[in-house]
Amino acid sequence: MAELDTSGGGGKKGGKVRSKKASTRIDLTAMVDLAFLLITFFIMATTLAKPKAMDTIWPDKTKKDVQLPVPESRTMTVLLGANHSIAWYVGPPGKTPPTVDNFGKNGIRKTLVEKNKEIEASHPGPNNYMIVLVKASDKSTYKDFVSILDELNITGIQSHAVVAITPPEIGMLKDNNLY
Amino acid sequence: MARIKIPRKSTAIDMTAMCDVAFLLLTFFILTAKLKQEDPLRVDVPASTVKVNVPDVDMATITVGHGKVFFGLEGTDLRKSLLEEIGKKYSTSFTPEEIQKFSLIPTFGVPVNTLKQYLALSTDDKKKYTQPGIPVDTTTNSELFNWIYEARVVTKNLHNKELRFAIKGDSREQYPEIGKIIDVLQKQAVNKFSLITSLNQGK
Repeated sequence: MAELDTSGGGGKKGGKVRSKKASTRIDLTAMVDLAFLLITFFIMATTLAKPKAMDTIWPDKTKKDVQLPVPESRTMTVLLGANHSIAWYVGPPGKTPPTVDNFGKNGIRKTLVEKNKEIEASHPGPNNYMIVLVKASDKSTYKDFVSILDELNITGIQSHAVVAITPPEIGMLKDNNLY
Repeated sequence: MARIKIPRKSTAIDMTAMCDVAFLLLTFFILTAKLKQEDPLRVDVPASTVKVNVPDVDMATITVGHGKVFFGLEGTDLRKSLLEEIGKKYSTSFTPEEIQKFSLIPTFGVPVNTLKQYLALSTDDKKKYTQPGIPVDTTTNSELFNWIYEARVVTKNLHNKELRFAIKGDSREQYPEIGKIIDVLQKQAVNKFSLITSLNQGK
């Protein structure tokens, strides 16, 4: 089976000319090969091209009366500087000097987890979570911005907001050669 | 003495069933596949650990890279009425052929005043042509603002759904460029949108 019948059709005995009976079976091996090749191609082409969406919700700028008063002692401000650098401080600006940090497991992620615990321990509940303010300077890149939002997602910080950077904070970055 | 006869079996196997299965799977993959479309503006999206896929319908993508802004809207029916509305707004009338051509372009980055010339180009010329990007500024009358606004209107009218937005930014892009787009979106009270990232499994 699966091959074309190439036998002579019974030889030439008797002088009678017989028409050759061709087998209806075709070798499908090549066709199967081709089909699987195409399947492989389509599997590769589909799964590799799937972008992911990071959903973000921003405060409504058109409504002025929805701003909640934020206790300064519970805020941590993260400044994004040039060349993928980070500087952060806790509390009101200028009270504590900013600490320079970097992205990665032992960098900002550790800091976020530690500070969150510290703030939760030093404030009475129930609303004692840390509020992170992300301030991206003009020298920071979009990648840093996405990375810091991702770190906030990973560390499970309940509350964070993106705020415009102020001149004194740019000064802080400049003092640390990050701007 | 009788010799034991070992029957000789054919090595050929019936491939029919295998072929059936292979083609069934092939058909399935072809039908479900959404092939990677070539972006007119190539951007290197940043990586994150987010695992949520980008939705396919009622979706607008704003691509930012190399200082240019491109706008894309899913759905040919939406794109058709979007161009009609934009034509009304900028008092340019687009012919049915131009609307048809526009509905086949998923992402574009040309100002409205050169849109007619761009649509007149052949497919090959369109690929060669470097699109200058959509003009953006912080006023409420910039072209990007109007594209976004009209896209929301037509989605609401045709599909009765809120249009979702995604920003696809190049990772090397400076933050103010992205901030500008976010400002444009927030000016029309679009406060929920996605940032497109690629999956980072290394961390």
